[in-house]
Amino acid sequence: MRTAISSLTLLEPRSLREALVMLRDEGPLTPLAGCTDVYVNFNFGTLPQKRFLNLWPLEPLRKIGMRGGVLSIGALATYALLIASTLVRRRLPILAAASREIGGAQIQNRGTIGGNVANASPAGDTLPVLAAAEAVLVLRSASAVRRVPFRSFYPAYRSTVMRPDELLVSIEIPPVAGRQWFRKVGTRAAQAISKVVMAAVRAPEPRIALGSVAPTVLRAVRTERALASGASIEEARRILMEEIQPIDDLRSTAAYRRQVCGNLLERFWKETA
Amino acid sequence: MRLTLNGRAVNVKAHPMRRLLDVLREECGLTGTKEGCGEGECGACTVLLDGEPVNSCLIPFAQARGAKIKTIEGLKGAHPLQATFVTEGGAQCGICTPGMILAAAALPRKAALEEIRVALAGNLCRCTGYEGIYRAIFKARR
Repeated sequence: MRTAISSLTLLEPRSLREALVMLRDEGPLTPLAGCTDVYVNFNFGTLPQKRFLNLWPLEPLRKIGMRGGVLSIGALATYALLIASTLVRRRLPILAAASREIGGAQIQNRGTIGGNVANASPAGDTLPVLAAAEAVLVLRSASAVRRVPFRSFYPAYRSTVMRPDELLVSIEIPPVAGRQWFRKVGTRAAQAISKVVMAAVRAPEPRIALGSVAPTVLRAVRTERALASGASIEEARRILMEEIQPIDDLRSTAAYRRQVCGNLLERFWKETA
Repeated sequence: MRLTLNGRAVNVKAHPMRRLLDVLREECGLTGTKEGCGEGECGACTVLLDGEPVNSCLIPFAQARGAKIKTIEGLKGAHPLQATFVTEGGAQCGICTPGMILAAAALPRKAALEEIRVALAGNLCRCTGYEGIYRAIFKARR
């Protein structure tokens, strides 16, 4: 472990209210949920932050429930909770499917959906699902609450529109009409970061969201429009190739990712026909 | 900080951001929990936290407050899994073994082979090729 732990400070609020006040008065603080990525960065010595806020004990933030017709998922809901939730499996089965392929049991017991979202990695496996579901993110500060549509949450690579005094408290999923589809492509089903992730919804206006092929999670809007207006799958595939911006990195190559994206699009279209 | 460690109430003093893994090994002297990768990939440091397998290399000690932690020492060498890992050749170098056994200990009785494979997906072994491990778990759960 390359980080000296003695140089770090941890604040431990006993309620959400206390957490928000600490963020306002004692910031900047980095919120901690399940820590499954934070400690990887400590291990590599790549985390510049020194002051942290422990959210893990705030049980009310783990709640999954319905409000009106909207599925509300607490930011601290772990992947294990999402997999076990009948509400999630009924309303957004692709979120349960994505959660099952994140890490192994140990990671699923600690990693949270809020952490996956706030961490803002373009390879976050739940992000294409939330993009396809047109989720709404509920952000709270000590003085206000605001709802941000998922599509406007990531302005650039590894950044979000969250202010330093705000916390992501829950994720709202409006009803999704149409057949849902999810596929993660990685080196193995467990413990692998994705090369390409795709979440999609087959409806008169299809939705296609992709992870790991652009600086942020991507809604393939041009491809969606083409399919909605009756374009052939070959034509849609050609448009998708132009729409994505994959790169070569340690997990895969741009050329491979391009090819796989096209294949996934065809498979989605065939399997949901 | 108070927690229950292998069935006994204990009070342990350590920095709240220290890895649970280090606190178990250093402050508590329980060196059965191994560090493999230190980044949540290999599962060698698996312990049970309130009955659930977790990677102790990714958990700040503060998040173990009030929890029930079980390490390999808590099985006292008397768990059926410990016997079948021996008889079925489930261990070679032994570094992954405590983590494997604790991940398997969280499985329901009579778990099917597929369930065992999924439950152990977060535990890597570089010696055995897994077949002996699966066999050991399969036997012990029956």
